[in-house]
Amino acid sequence: MESLTNRKKVLEQKPMSFMERIYLPSIFKGLAITFRHMFKKKETVFYPEQTRPVSENWRGMHSLKRDENGKERCTACGLCALACPAEAITMTAAERQKGEEHLYREEKYAAVYEINMLRCIFCGLCEEACPKEAIYLDGPIVTADYLRKDFIYGKDKLVEAPFKS
Amino acid sequence: METAFLIEKVILVSVIFSISLGVAAYSTLAERKIAAFLQGRVGPHRAGWNGMLQPLADGGKMFFKEEIIPSESNPFLFIMGPSLALLTACIGSAVIPWGQPIKIGDSLVELQVTDINVGILYIFGVVSLGVYGIMIGGWSSNNKFSLMGSIRAASQNISYEIAMGLSLIALLMMSGTLSLKEIAEQQHGFWDGSYFSWNVFKQPLGFLLFLVCAFAECNRTPFDLPESENELVAGYHTEYSGFKLGAFLFAEYINMFVSSAVMATLFFGGYNYPFMDVVNEAVGPVFGPLIGFGVLMLKIVFFIFFFMWIRWTIPRFRYDQLMNLGWKVLIPLAITNIVLTGLAINIFDYIN
Repeated sequence: MESLTNRKKVLEQKPMSFMERIYLPSIFKGLAITFRHMFKKKETVFYPEQTRPVSENWRGMHSLKRDENGKERCTACGLCALACPAEAITMTAAERQKGEEHLYREEKYAAVYEINMLRCIFCGLCEEACPKEAIYLDGPIVTADYLRKDFIYGKDKLVEAPFKS
Repeated sequence: METAFLIEKVILVSVIFSISLGVAAYSTLAERKIAAFLQGRVGPHRAGWNGMLQPLADGGKMFFKEEIIPSESNPFLFIMGPSLALLTACIGSAVIPWGQPIKIGDSLVELQVTDINVGILYIFGVVSLGVYGIMIGGWSSNNKFSLMGSIRAASQNISYEIAMGLSLIALLMMSGTLSLKEIAEQQHGFWDGSYFSWNVFKQPLGFLLFLVCAFAECNRTPFDLPESENELVAGYHTEYSGFKLGAFLFAEYINMFVSSAVMATLFFGGYNYPFMDVVNEAVGPVFGPLIGFGVLMLKIVFFIFFFMWIRWTIPRFRYDQLMNLGWKVLIPLAITNIVLTGLAINIFDYIN
């Protein structure tokens, strides 16, 4: 049959030579190759003592950011929950009281903010949707745990620490 | 029977039994570590110091898993299969000379459970019985694929037994005795004045044939079609779980240990090493044989490493290639080996 392109390569199937038929020379060559591997550097990354380097666009755990004065940015507008394709974010809004001026930027804040890490697909749409630049996905890999309920992260795990460098 | 004799033998049997179990348990760890090193990664390293307690974890896991007996299977045979495999694997280590006799006081303690004068034949008998465990396991699983696995295993085993026996006939012609103890004694030292005393230098082709057949008898890659994990869905041990599966896997490692010990004794001089007379004079009658025992263990460890090295290097044989090799290549080679050895013995006798 004529070939359409010239890229077809016909393989020759010669009968095996004597050296090939006794298998032994090729076995020895193979043994030498695998033996050399024992002395090469190992590829294993010893997690969690070592971690693999991540790229600039890495999306890890969420964190709710604060502004320059240390006040929480999140106003519980719900745009992140709306944008989330996995419906992983839930929140309850509350009104800022008289003595809480230093804690929250605007009058509305998120009293309860929960992300179910098992539902989250780390797509970053919540980060893109937020109008207050409050949520960023710049944390590490979410650590393993035993129970499903322990994966619903509340504000204690998500809000950034108050001391900003 | 005197009490002293009985006690001595009981202690010897328990020591050898525990050594073979211990070596087999750590062979499982060695398998994973050596496989990892040959593949450029680190094996198990979290359990204990550098992974040394991993066999404990594996053994515990095997005990705790649920034991399922398929409803349509024969329960008696289902349990007999792995038990037979483990039994025949363990009793093979009874005739191997583990060292020279130790002189305690004025009594001589033999480091061998029993020195029957048909030692090699006993080993062959036990190895032939090992086929039963696999066949019964495959049949009683009530599973077509397990049956196919066990049939392949049985046919592979009996084909390579013939080549194994034939390859040893040349060795027997040269040594004149079937007893393993005397074969080990004939390989005393390393150089006996005119030539190397170890049998591997006198019978290189015989050693190669025996090595290949030992791989086939242990169902070890490249001959591991019976337990090929991606072809027959684990073959004859598909339906097993818990301790019975552990028994099958353990029996394979004990078989490896006993095959390595037999190879080391028959061809590599057993407990002999170069300059052993000098060392024996210096160290005394109690520690000398123990050093010989240590040297034998080193040789066994090297053979086990070789088993694993080959496993992770060479791809598996197809079934017809396997049968072809066993019947059409190894048996003629073994017979040629016998003929050549006979000729050589006659020529040497004529010259001298």
